[in-house]
Amino acid sequence: MTQSAPSTAPSAAQEFRLPDVGEGLTEADIVAWRVKVGDTVAVNDVVVEIETAKSVVELPSPYAGEVLALLVAEGETVEVGTPIIRIGEPGAAPAAAEPAAPVTEPATEPAAEPVTQAAEAPAPSASSGPEVIDTNVPPTGQATLVGYGPKQRALKRRARKGATTDPTAAPAEALSPAATDPALEEPATPARPPRALAKPLVRRLARDLGVDLTTLTPTGPRGTVSKEDVLAAAGGTASGQAARVAPPAVAADPAGRETREPVKGVRKQMAAAMVASAYSAPHVTEWVTVDATATVDLVARLQERPELRDVKVSPLLVIARACLLALRRTPLVNSTWDEAAQEVVVKHYVNLGIAAATPRGLVVPNIKDAHELSLVDLAGALDELVTTARAGRSQPADLAGGTFTITNVGVFGVDGGTPIINPGESAILCLGAIRKQPWVVDDEVVPRHVMTLSLSFDHRHIDGATGSRFLADVAGLVSDPATALLF
Amino acid sequence: MTDPVFGPAPEQAADPELVQLLTPEGERVHHPAFDLDFSADQLRGFYRDMVLVRRLDIEATALQRHGELGLWAQLLGQEAAQIGAGRALRPQDFVFPTYREHGVAWCRGVDPVQLLGLFRGVDQGSWDPNEHNFALYTIVIGAQTLHATGYAMGVQRDGAVGTGDPDRDTAVVAHFGDGASSQGDVNEAFVFAASYNAPVVFFCQNNQWAISEPFERQSRIPLYRRAHGFGFPGVRVDGNDVLATYAVMQAALQRAREGQGPTFVEAYTYRMGAHTTTDDPTRYRLSNDVERWKLKDPIARVEAYLRRNGLADDAFVAEVAQEADVLGERMRRECHALPDPAPRDIFSRVHVEQTPELAAQQAAYDAWVASFEEVG
Repeated sequence: MTQSAPSTAPSAAQEFRLPDVGEGLTEADIVAWRVKVGDTVAVNDVVVEIETAKSVVELPSPYAGEVLALLVAEGETVEVGTPIIRIGEPGAAPAAAEPAAPVTEPATEPAAEPVTQAAEAPAPSASSGPEVIDTNVPPTGQATLVGYGPKQRALKRRARKGATTDPTAAPAEALSPAATDPALEEPATPARPPRALAKPLVRRLARDLGVDLTTLTPTGPRGTVSKEDVLAAAGGTASGQAARVAPPAVAADPAGRETREPVKGVRKQMAAAMVASAYSAPHVTEWVTVDATATVDLVARLQERPELRDVKVSPLLVIARACLLALRRTPLVNSTWDEAAQEVVVKHYVNLGIAAATPRGLVVPNIKDAHELSLVDLAGALDELVTTARAGRSQPADLAGGTFTITNVGVFGVDGGTPIINPGESAILCLGAIRKQPWVVDDEVVPRHVMTLSLSFDHRHIDGATGSRFLADVAGLVSDPATALLF
Repeated sequence: MTDPVFGPAPEQAADPELVQLLTPEGERVHHPAFDLDFSADQLRGFYRDMVLVRRLDIEATALQRHGELGLWAQLLGQEAAQIGAGRALRPQDFVFPTYREHGVAWCRGVDPVQLLGLFRGVDQGSWDPNEHNFALYTIVIGAQTLHATGYAMGVQRDGAVGTGDPDRDTAVVAHFGDGASSQGDVNEAFVFAASYNAPVVFFCQNNQWAISEPFERQSRIPLYRRAHGFGFPGVRVDGNDVLATYAVMQAALQRAREGQGPTFVEAYTYRMGAHTTTDDPTRYRLSNDVERWKLKDPIARVEAYLRRNGLADDAFVAEVAQEADVLGERMRRECHALPDPAPRDIFSRVHVEQTPELAAQQAAYDAWVASFEEVG
């Protein structure tokens, strides 16, 4: 490794590149910096928390010295190999041995140069190539083999003797560089392989349809010929050609009438969770509109209480408590359908999930053992949960193991909805906005605080009677919180 | 309720007995079958081994986070099980490890930097198994139990069992985990070892987690009881108690050397870290389990015992800590200096004796390399 004595010599500034912490990851999100510019760090002090597709990981510093610069902002997604922090003596410049090699490399040999071309055609021999022909060895200063992946390597080769341009004249053809050099497995460069790349099924299809695979322009992953390519070629070149030509036209659209956003991170998880739930649990949604005036009054009174002075008291708190009480009477609502075991698992504890809109998207952290909490403790837990979620700092453990969820769409001014159950749970309660509306009290129309509660439940094991009873219990508590004494 | 025909349900059988000689509070307790006297030097040696091995593990984990290793399998929490098992060996005994036996490797004199080479991907395991009587790490789960059993049967055929010569009689250790206990290979190894009365000790570190699968899903009964079904004894030892692990392993190894056949030792412990650096255990286990096991830390109890009995003082503890710092610094430095393998080496490191095919491939590769112009 060419990084020089990272633990002992803080004389020049060192840049720590984002490592691959999980066997083949290509990128990570910077969750939070644990240090700031000017801090002094020792080797293995934690400097940053990152989130990969696999986990949240704390990175220890490989270098000792003063933090000179944080090169990436929190919340950014960066590729493995990107310098993220500069550490060294105050005022030090980046170490000479640590250039941002892939970036500053002379443009004569772009990294994306097709593989076989680089190997078989004469390359400019003037560039200062490494001593040996081992093409695994990247340009000076760059780490090899582990950590940073093969992605950004510039290929440097010496010219072939006699500089022949006849590819068939290469000696030892069986030993094409691709067969000996793992760095060359870069799939992004379809380099006219002698044999078209295609799955057996596609080969069979091509043979059956009389299509020559080598004549097709592959559009499949890693330069493979896809089934569609074959079908397009067989079904008439006109449409096939059109289909293949079309994408660049769209991509070149200068008006920017469409934007493509990658589906990843929290959004990806949300999508997977929603699909899993919506297509496995038959959902039934019921709703009830209630007079929440007594709850609103109670919230106002609670806000005056000294023991609740430091926490946020909202109708959500009261309704959350109402749910915990109602669950005692209908414990089935707080359960899991275990498909594998063909059993219904009734939970005798409540991990109360609260759906939260956060900068990172929808997350559903839960309050562990909420059934054991007093109203005051519940208020504190709710406050902390929401604050943590909004800051984007919910840990995976906070999100796991929920048993029942509340989603408060009322904050968006909406009256109700048909929420989708959080996977692994059996019911979700949706709180609508509380508004003043005309309401009939003692045969007179009066203005009251009114809200709609919508409950979705898993109809595989919760029948209409059970679901309705739970919803009615919650509604009863909202309209008359004093009835909590009956539970 | 006991079924008159089928006997008691497994869950209703008596609680497993856990052999323990040193409680988590550092109190020395005694056991009727496995008690031993330990010298002060031995106790200090255990402490030093465990502190250094923990440091080795922490340093390697950090090196992975620095981007210097592709992967690391942590042993955090399992130091006592590994040092106890490693120090109970005699020089002629042979060990077949998993990929987590860094503590046993330490006891067998394998340089920690050589362990790093494997996880850095610059070699496939570079220590000589015959020099250390310690096989290369096995990544395939449980496969090494068969290797160990086969090796033990070879020892038997060499006549190196039951001779009464303490420097000749040999035991073999197969390391594996609770997850591997579900593998076919492991069960086949049990069958063969029992049938042939092979001199092998099956040492299972039950760290409660097969990656994310909790132990409850691996077995309905305590693991050590499985041995009875195969026809050899099984014992459960507190794997966080280095003294008990040492004592039980010494007895089990001696049984093997004397020709009394295999033993199953279940070291009951806990994987405090992740399965590997690629894993995030907060996704599947509760932190209060981890907190509970922290109270059973293998090193803290030895330190408490040493201090309480005046066998170690601040100076000794500081000296070991200093030694750990030196080890950590050396591992970082030498890890960075590990040479990358040359592509042509692959042709000569597959077989002990190079085959004609590989020789031809190597020659072809050399010719291809030679076809490039020299650069001035």
